[in-house]
Amino acid sequence: MSILTYIAGWPLLAALALIVVPRNYRVIIRAIAVLATLISAVLAVKMFAQFVPGANGFQFEQQIPWVESLGISYHVGVDGLNVGLILMGAIVAFAAALCSFEIQTREKEFYILLLVMTGGILGAFASLDLFFFYFLHELALVPTFIMIGVWGRGEKKNYATFQITLYLSIGALIALIGLIALYLQCGANTFDIPKIIEHAKTNPLAVNAQNFIFPLLLFGFGILVSLWPFHSWAPLGYGVAPSPTAMLHAGVLKKFGLYGLIRIALPLLPQAAQSWAHVIAWLCVGNILYVGWVAMRQKDLNLLIGNSSVAHMGFIFLGIASLNLIGITGAVLIMVAHGFLAALTFALSGYIYKQTGTLEISALGGLCRKLPFIGTALLMAAMAGCGLPGFANFVGEATVFFGAWKMFPAVTIIALWGALVIGGIYMTRAIRNVLHGPLPEKWNSLSDANLWRKLPYALLLVSLLVFGFLPKLLTEKINPDAQKIVAMAVAGKNADVVSSPRSSGRESAPYSLAENQSRLTSAATK
Amino acid sequence: MLEISVIGLGLVLMLADLFVPAERRRFIGYAAILALGGLLVVSLSGNGSCGQFGTAFGGMFVNDALSLFFKQLFIVAAILVLFMAAEFSDKLAAGSVAEYYSLIVFALAGMLFAASSNDFTMLFVSIELITITFYVLVSFQRNKLQSLEAGVKYLILGALSSSFMVFGIALIWGTTGELNFTKLAAVAPQFADSRIFLLGVLLVLVGLGFKIAAFPFQIWAPDVYQGAPTPTTAFLAIGSKAAGFVLLLRVLFTAVPSVTAHWANLLIVISGITILYGNLCAIPQRNLKRLLGYSSIAHAGYLLLGVAALSASGQSALMYYLAGYVFTVMAGFFVITLVLRHLATEDISGLAGLNQRSPLLAATLTIAMVSLAGIPPLAGFFGKFVLLKAVIEAAQATGNHGYYCLAFTALAGVIISLYYYFGVIRAIYWSKDPTDLSPIELSSPAKLSLWACLAGIFWLGLFPNTVLNMTNLAAAVFK
Repeated sequence: MSILTYIAGWPLLAALALIVVPRNYRVIIRAIAVLATLISAVLAVKMFAQFVPGANGFQFEQQIPWVESLGISYHVGVDGLNVGLILMGAIVAFAAALCSFEIQTREKEFYILLLVMTGGILGAFASLDLFFFYFLHELALVPTFIMIGVWGRGEKKNYATFQITLYLSIGALIALIGLIALYLQCGANTFDIPKIIEHAKTNPLAVNAQNFIFPLLLFGFGILVSLWPFHSWAPLGYGVAPSPTAMLHAGVLKKFGLYGLIRIALPLLPQAAQSWAHVIAWLCVGNILYVGWVAMRQKDLNLLIGNSSVAHMGFIFLGIASLNLIGITGAVLIMVAHGFLAALTFALSGYIYKQTGTLEISALGGLCRKLPFIGTALLMAAMAGCGLPGFANFVGEATVFFGAWKMFPAVTIIALWGALVIGGIYMTRAIRNVLHGPLPEKWNSLSDANLWRKLPYALLLVSLLVFGFLPKLLTEKINPDAQKIVAMAVAGKNADVVSSPRSSGRESAPYSLAENQSRLTSAATK
Repeated sequence: MLEISVIGLGLVLMLADLFVPAERRRFIGYAAILALGGLLVVSLSGNGSCGQFGTAFGGMFVNDALSLFFKQLFIVAAILVLFMAAEFSDKLAAGSVAEYYSLIVFALAGMLFAASSNDFTMLFVSIELITITFYVLVSFQRNKLQSLEAGVKYLILGALSSSFMVFGIALIWGTTGELNFTKLAAVAPQFADSRIFLLGVLLVLVGLGFKIAAFPFQIWAPDVYQGAPTPTTAFLAIGSKAAGFVLLLRVLFTAVPSVTAHWANLLIVISGITILYGNLCAIPQRNLKRLLGYSSIAHAGYLLLGVAALSASGQSALMYYLAGYVFTVMAGFFVITLVLRHLATEDISGLAGLNQRSPLLAATLTIAMVSLAGIPPLAGFFGKFVLLKAVIEAAQATGNHGYYCLAFTALAGVIISLYYYFGVIRAIYWSKDPTDLSPIELSSPAKLSLWACLAGIFWLGLFPNTVLNMTNLAAAVFK
């Protein structure tokens, strides 16, 4: 049995076990959930440490035939693209389980759903079979709707649940049609991703089929990732979601669509990806600039965080659209970094909500005096969110800008401006209004997190800092496999498809490994 | 032979009614279940006449992988319906319980004949056997106005559709001189231009469309589903629909494949409209059985996706979906029988507080609804997945863009259906103020059949290999 099976399997097993635990044994229910996610997280760290960068093919592979007549098998394995995502997912899931103390009603159902969501999404990231890739994501997605609908907060709960269910179901189903069409068009008669890619190397898909399938995947996955203009479900949904759900969804589940684009769409549909790259790049501007502006106007802390999380998705799309090694590497880096960051910010806002009962920015103020730990953590999260060096986000964003510069200079300038100026404005403004200034009388009774409660926040912060200072841990793993993806994505690239006047004449093939490595380290240490 | 044993069983049940005292009548049902269980084991093991493929009665009756698959499906459905009827028996008029059981068994016999029919005469006889027993089964609660009303509606529309079908058969016979499907297939291409022949085929499809409640012959379904006794409704939703589908497959792909090949667009349109109609009309429903009536129309539409694909993978997907549908719908109706039998209303609000009254019933109904909505890891998801795959395959193979539209229509239907299925789940777990919180007592046979349904739903969702191989084998019949 592969270690990956255990990482995804333990939470699912624990969910099954919880069904038989009577609902008044609250401590046991909670302990089982925390323990299962802890085991997952420890195993994920172990796997991450044992991963050999640059090894050929997938590691920790396991394959069990499931439906022979359709070519579906249970197939898991990791390479540089998903190893970081699984680590991030497992750590965030553990933190989310720790943060679930805020749930006081129907705990049993909540923890079952949380564990199903965790197992589903970790399995989806580990899966190398198209069917299971989709199947496990869907398994993780449905609990989100139920959790928001039942344990959500605020008056807009029903509307938000309705909207998020509608948007994400449509997105997932469009992607499903795209995936089925891809499977059939490939003609390999298997759902196995490595085999399909191998098959496509010798028999590339017809260009008109690519042009039909790519938009299905782009917009299907794009809706799941809140690509502008399909993002409106996200801030509202996260605004009302209980914080463990928001942590897992914004942090982990949302990365599924991006991962799917990189893993499946780019290598299999290269020509279509090249012709759509400009569209994606300009849609990113919507994410970064438009949603950034929207975030500036927010009066509710959670809506602000939700909008800023949507804005961050723009950087990842920009990295993907750049279709070169640096851009893709940066995109995967931000996916990991943003997972920790989103989880951290939603966890913190959840703590504040639990203490004060409101997230209206104007009603808060001076909280740093009463909640020194939470306040400091929020400050650091905000700094990471504006892309300050030292945090993992900076490395990723800087890398993406390097990668995107020669493809889309105009978009990169706008994105830089959006990241540094707009992000800076709304983050610092929120920090000033929430943490500093006079402390309203009514908040005198607030208490800071105790040691046990501090654990999830500390864990997420440490992860952000570790990958901020040692990005090499990730980049050395991502690079060789991103190289393979890029090699396929730019294969058969003909001069008239992509090259703009500015980039023609320069190198448009992927950078060599060593050159890229040096650029990355220089970016990280800058 | 399976059919003779089943008819014999029906007669024995009627006789037993005379000798068994009234308070023991429930056990007649259990005896019937045991007997059918034995038949199921025989048919699964492939012993006796079931394993021998071939034709009988001058080609009228055919035994092949397709008929075997459907026969097993019908027997499983009938066993579950008999369990349900045993639970429902106290609501039926005293003394008529055994009659109810034997009618179910006779309807089952009709379905078994339908699965094997290879001739228009046989088709009509089996359809009538099913329909006429259902007239009685629907109006069985004679003291209940709704039940009688449903019976009359079913009778009038059923008779109308039967007359269409007979007319169609007459036209086909009149033009071609053949009634046997296999022989008809050989001569049908010569009549491809004969309007009278085509009209005949169309009228037969009208009759079958009524059975499966496809648009535009779906009007009866919600009323009859609502009014009929719940076990009847369940059997109507599964048995009658599956019988309609097996006959549809036989007519379209054995008897007149040359005509069917030109009717792809007609099937696409019917399937798409049926899906949208069923799902959209289900949204405002408050009566549970009526809601499931509309949902069954929608599911007829999904099943027609497999017919419209005009391919072996489509037919196989259809059968797979039906297999999952049996367990899912049975689970749903079983819970409705148990929860609502003592209530005057069948409103969704009757489910309030169910998770406190009986966690098993609440979980079963939830899982049934989730599976109907097509969410993994349950049977409904895999069924929809193979159906969609078949449709997209057809789109790529034929280049007909109608198939892509159909796939997107099906998706729209799935998304609409989430709304009302989740409405039911919400009523179970999160109703505002449940009035009645008394626990619901479950008999052990009821528990057994609920667990069987749940096992079926999960099995077909998680381990599709075995059944998929069976359906692939069954679909290979049409080559």
